[in-house]
Amino acid sequence: MRRRLLPRPLLSLSVFVVWALITNAASLALLALGALLALVIPRLTAPFWPQPPRLVRPLAALRFLAVFAFDIVTANWRVARQVVGPLHRLSPAFVEVPLELRDPFVATLLASVVSLTPGTVAIDVDRRDWILLVHALDAPDPRALIDEIKERYEQPLREIFAC
Amino acid sequence: MSPISEATVAALIVLGALFVLLGSVGLARLPDFLTRLHGPTKATTVGVGAILLASAIFFSSGGSAAISLHELAILLFLFITAPITAHLLAKAALHRQAKRSDEADAETRADDGRQAPD
Amino acid sequence: MLNAALEIAFVFIAVALALNLYRLLRGPDLCDRILALDTLGINAIAMLVLFGIRSASTAYFEVALLLALLGFVGTVALCKFLLRGDIIE
Repeated sequence: MRRRLLPRPLLSLSVFVVWALITNAASLALLALGALLALVIPRLTAPFWPQPPRLVRPLAALRFLAVFAFDIVTANWRVARQVVGPLHRLSPAFVEVPLELRDPFVATLLASVVSLTPGTVAIDVDRRDWILLVHALDAPDPRALIDEIKERYEQPLREIFAC
Repeated sequence: MSPISEATVAALIVLGALFVLLGSVGLARLPDFLTRLHGPTKATTVGVGAILLASAIFFSSGGSAAISLHELAILLFLFITAPITAHLLAKAALHRQAKRSDEADAETRADDGRQAPD
Repeated sequence: MLNAALEIAFVFIAVALALNLYRLLRGPDLCDRILALDTLGINAIAMLVLFGIRSASTAYFEVALLLALLGFVGTVALCKFLLRGDIIE
């Protein structure tokens, strides 16, 4: 029954939250309309969506979000200093991070997280060998960067989505 | 508007604008395309994010009871799209680089071919 | 205090826009120009939101949202064009 009514609970929740944000959650009527859209849109678009991985540990997801937000702020500061500082001291490098996860959606998520945390931009995910190609603004020690990405972001993501 | 929220808004605005500026400094100053990509995708996104947050706080504490959330929708959208833009641009740049070196190779090979009969 | 903060922020973002414009005109590659355009759009969003705060009006919100959407779609389209098609060949 629950599966039939809400084939994609997370998608429904996202639709509802975005609708509430855009309309400022101004009135009950608008929220009701949002709920209706959250029911109808996932159902109508169901054929377009690939099978998503299940979110198994919501609490770990929240903690990951907190770590991520913290990282964005602190590491941005670092990049800001590098940008105004002397440029010749930077050592930009391509780094190949071998992945252990095997899910396209989670890999996309990981790539986005890597791109948003400063110092690194995810360029490509090789879906045959599962290698994440990363460009780093300043990586004197690529080994350490790989370990950091795997430990700080890939490990929690694998736990959250159980993949 | 209380002094505290006013101070928060003011701080967020200045900080956000500073990050936007740093992102553009990176864009203008860094030596090659892939390093240039770092500034705008992150510093600018975070800077605009801070300014949007300031706007949300400003309109939420503006006397009337209404809260203002729609800035957060833009914020969410920017944070989702920034990595995608960076990814596509990096791919396009690498693609063009590879193509250019292919063409250069082809040219040198053609030159060699012309020289060979002599 | 808020007014002073807004003045400072306007100056910062104006300088940022000028730097983007420099990169847009200078190039040297098409990718640089696309990146500069994209950044220009995002900075314009920041400018619009600041205008909204200064005039205490929410009328600018829709413009900012549309700019964000169109900027993203435009950048993706340009990148796809670079990856798939080519004008010269």
